[in-house]
Amino acid sequence: MAANSARTGEMDPASAALDVFAADRPQYADYSRCVHCGLCLNHCPTYRLWHVEADSPRGRIRQMMLVDQGQLALGPSYVTHIDRCLDCRACETACPSGVEYGKLVEAARAQIEQGYRRPWPARIARDWAFRRLLPQPRRIAAAARLLRMYQRSGLGRLARATGILRLLGLRDRERLLPKVDSEFFFSELGKTFPARGTRRARVALFAGCVAQVAFSELHRATIRVLQANGCEVVVPPRQVCCGALASHAGVRDVARDLARENFAAFEDGDFDAILTSAAGCGSALKEYPQLFPSGDPAREPAACFSGKVRDVTEFLASLGLTAPLGRLPLRVTYQDSCHLAHGQGIREAPRALLCAIPGVELVEMPLAEQCCGSAGVYNVTQTKTSLELLALKMDAIRETGAQVIATANPGCILQLRAGTAIHGTSQEVLHVVELLDRALVPGSP
Amino acid sequence: MPPPILHELKHQLGPEGVLYQPEDLLLYEYDGSVERGRPDFVVFPRRTEDVVAIVGAARRHGVPLVGRGAGTGLSGGAIARRGGIVVSFARMNRILDVDVENRRARVQPGVVNSDLSVAVARANLHFAPDPSSQKACTIGGNVSENSGGPHTLAYGVTTSHVLALEVVLPTGELLHLGNSAVDTPGYDLPGLFVGTEGTFGLVTEITVKLTPLPEAVQTLMAVYDTVDEATETVAEITARGITPAACEMLDGWTIRAVESFVHAGFPLDCSAILLIDLDGIREEAAAQAEETLAVCQRHGAREVRVARDGAERELLWKGRKNAFGAIGRLSPTYYTQDGVIPRTKLPVTLRRIGEIGKKYGFEIGNIFHAGDGNLHPIILFDASQEQQFRNAVAAADEIIAFCVELGGAITGEHGVGMEKDRLMPLLFSEEDLSLMRRVRDIFNPEDLLNPGKVFPVLKSCGEIRARPAPAKSGVRA
Ligand SMILES: Cc1cc2nc3c(=O)[nH]c(=O)nc-3n(C[C@H](O)[C@H](O)[C@H](O)COP(=O)(O)OP(=O)(O)OC[C@H]3O[C@@H](n4cnc5c(N)ncnc54)[C@H](O)[C@@H]3O)c2cc1C
Ligand code: SF4
Ligand code: SF4
Repeated sequence: MAANSARTGEMDPASAALDVFAADRPQYADYSRCVHCGLCLNHCPTYRLWHVEADSPRGRIRQMMLVDQGQLALGPSYVTHIDRCLDCRACETACPSGVEYGKLVEAARAQIEQGYRRPWPARIARDWAFRRLLPQPRRIAAAARLLRMYQRSGLGRLARATGILRLLGLRDRERLLPKVDSEFFFSELGKTFPARGTRRARVALFAGCVAQVAFSELHRATIRVLQANGCEVVVPPRQVCCGALASHAGVRDVARDLARENFAAFEDGDFDAILTSAAGCGSALKEYPQLFPSGDPAREPAACFSGKVRDVTEFLASLGLTAPLGRLPLRVTYQDSCHLAHGQGIREAPRALLCAIPGVELVEMPLAEQCCGSAGVYNVTQTKTSLELLALKMDAIRETGAQVIATANPGCILQLRAGTAIHGTSQEVLHVVELLDRALVPGSP
Repeated sequence: MPPPILHELKHQLGPEGVLYQPEDLLLYEYDGSVERGRPDFVVFPRRTEDVVAIVGAARRHGVPLVGRGAGTGLSGGAIARRGGIVVSFARMNRILDVDVENRRARVQPGVVNSDLSVAVARANLHFAPDPSSQKACTIGGNVSENSGGPHTLAYGVTTSHVLALEVVLPTGELLHLGNSAVDTPGYDLPGLFVGTEGTFGLVTEITVKLTPLPEAVQTLMAVYDTVDEATETVAEITARGITPAACEMLDGWTIRAVESFVHAGFPLDCSAILLIDLDGIREEAAAQAEETLAVCQRHGAREVRVARDGAERELLWKGRKNAFGAIGRLSPTYYTQDGVIPRTKLPVTLRRIGEIGKKYGFEIGNIFHAGDGNLHPIILFDASQEQQFRNAVAAADEIIAFCVELGGAITGEHGVGMEKDRLMPLLFSEEDLSLMRRVRDIFNPEDLLNPGKVFPVLKSCGEIRARPAPAKSGVRA
């Protein structure tokens, strides 16, 4: 048929098997699983906003295929549509064909990083953030101190001038800034916190990067809840950033280096599990093996490490809560963190934990599984879209009449807190574990 | 394409409302089917006036038009076979009005099927047609394809749920067909319009019937070691006058594919399962379930599971609703067919399909709307081998020919589109087809709207040759 002659000869150009970067582009075996049925469209936040194929999962996969097969340029149009993807992976949940979209989009971003020259300001900012800032705890601490100074003294100009803070969402959106802790979590690295009562498990806490300067309180709450439920908690000293942000941005070499550092840091501890309270980190940590091609010597330690990673809600729900909980008479709604629900398939555990707190009334919001617009650094790089998604989210939340928005990822917490500020709603935004912490009965064994 | 029309389209729709760059058009070459065709423009109307203006521009410039909902269609209906303008209704997705008391809703055509049901669930209502693609496909698409689903066995396909339509004809006329009353005097024009696969007019507004959610639903899963026992069960259920809300059959091969996706606990070593919904008031559903259970057992079901709660029911149905896509996990390429047979002929048809598979050396899985004889054989083949593709099409044609021989039809719900136009003569005489053309010509006299669909076309030179080996990812449900 005439029309069919336009049918793309979808053949495996895997001749590039010898290419060192072969893994760093969408693979035929992955994108050819898409049967273009369209069942994912209505689940995709960007398709729901604009309703064009180019910003739908099906269209993005198609573009990856066309680029791979030389029928579409690795140029501005492709980059724009891949950049606009939230990497929320709602499409993975919807897809009956088992397309691993997260894997595809990260490969596409690595391909872009290697094969496409962005305008220089973007290049410099990305280089700064992904190569210099995030991998280096000392630099994070330094940047955070600056930011703290900015927040406490209003030294806006100074902070803005560093350019680092852009990454943290400063530019137009001072409301979205994480509130920097007075005491960073770095000081806890290397410590062991004993179990209360009988020891039921020995776990390692993964502390992350930005979380150590902006979510120390969440970390401390996590430790308290784990201790109270019979866990001995170790915070291994040499751990570094998980590399999720770098990997989502396509900066895979950095992600690989960070992963290797983490394998070493958690190697000899005899832990029952490695726990994180950040769904974004958790999903990256669980997928470390994907960073290394088969045959790579790092594959085995990666599999060993990832096999032990659990989200803290997942771990607690399966361990079972033993600590007595007091009453918290609150109406709570739960926002699924994308990388927990879609990335790790965990939906019940956080809800079960919330319902375990006496007095908590869990009210579901419509479309709880739709991204709030935080999406890693998306709220910085695609601010307008991010704020549109946030507005939709705040509407859905308002419908529930909840006093507390619970979620499972620091990025989502920041975004939703900004949402309550921007939209003048008064809900408190907390991690599920922080609510559990509040419910702990002081002084009980 | 002359730029004046682009200018006109942009003037009406704004720069965001028109796509014309090659990199964007490439992404409107496909829908859910195996077909391909590139449009020259894709436009996104937001209101009826936009559609009227688009049709006006197309007429002035003699450019063909094709409507598009979500592009989940399986027969290439939304593909611009002759180029031209694809009119995407995706942004016309507002629910305009819900009248709970009179159980009806007025919607724009781009509203997603299940979004409407979710929106009215609080009033204990739903939109009954439930194609397996319901979480993505649009009501406009449903109207055009007269879509059905598992539960249309009891509730009827889309046409039974459409009260009135607002349409823009390719002549430029804006018409209102039907009205909101359930039974109106005069010709049933919406009934004529529904199912015309986007060849009569562009639908801009739909008034649909809403159906109360049943008080109780019982879902049974019966497991069989032979396909014959399962089909005999269906025959007896029907003979006894039990009226299931849905009655679906999956064969063993399909079950294994689906289980790896949904983890619903489908047994991996059986030959067939029946999934049966019985609904109504509580006592009635329970009584019918009991009777059905006995029938299943009498015909050798090795296990009958009754879903304990809504969650289990949903899980079982998720398996069925995702069956097509889940096959993608088993095989890189497959070709899903859609045929209809008198339901009493199920056992013989299944045997015949097995033989056809053997003859060509293909595995063929089967999914049925067993209650109404609509069957979907799924042919697995290797698309990288040109000969295999030709054989798959040949096997499919043999299956469809057998359906017609038994007194069935060439499509149950996926439509004719540009996939089965060549099979129409199997079912219809030249007089039948010419009558249909005359009816179409009343609405679409110049064949400006969705040309090259439904009716067998004289192949142009470029088309008289074997179809090229399909996209490896392309030959799907
Ligand atoms: C996995 C899967 C499962 C499916 N299961 C079923 C099933 O169980 N039952 C079933 O019946 N179908 C099924 N389908 C087929 C398909 O989903 C239906 O035909 C659906 O109704 C198409 O809706 P759509 O919005 O995607 O329409 P599209 O595919 O975009 O278009 C379909 C046709 O409608 C026309 N059209 C769309 N909107 C308008 C409008 N506003 N005005 C005029 N013409 C218009 C188009 O021109 C085209 O001819 C399935 C498809 C897939 C991929
Ligand atoms: S649901 Fe899966 S197979 Fe279907 S179009 Fe989306 S990604 Fe492709
Ligand atoms: S990851 Fe999220 S934003 Fe990206 S294509 Fe999938 S659903 Fe859409």
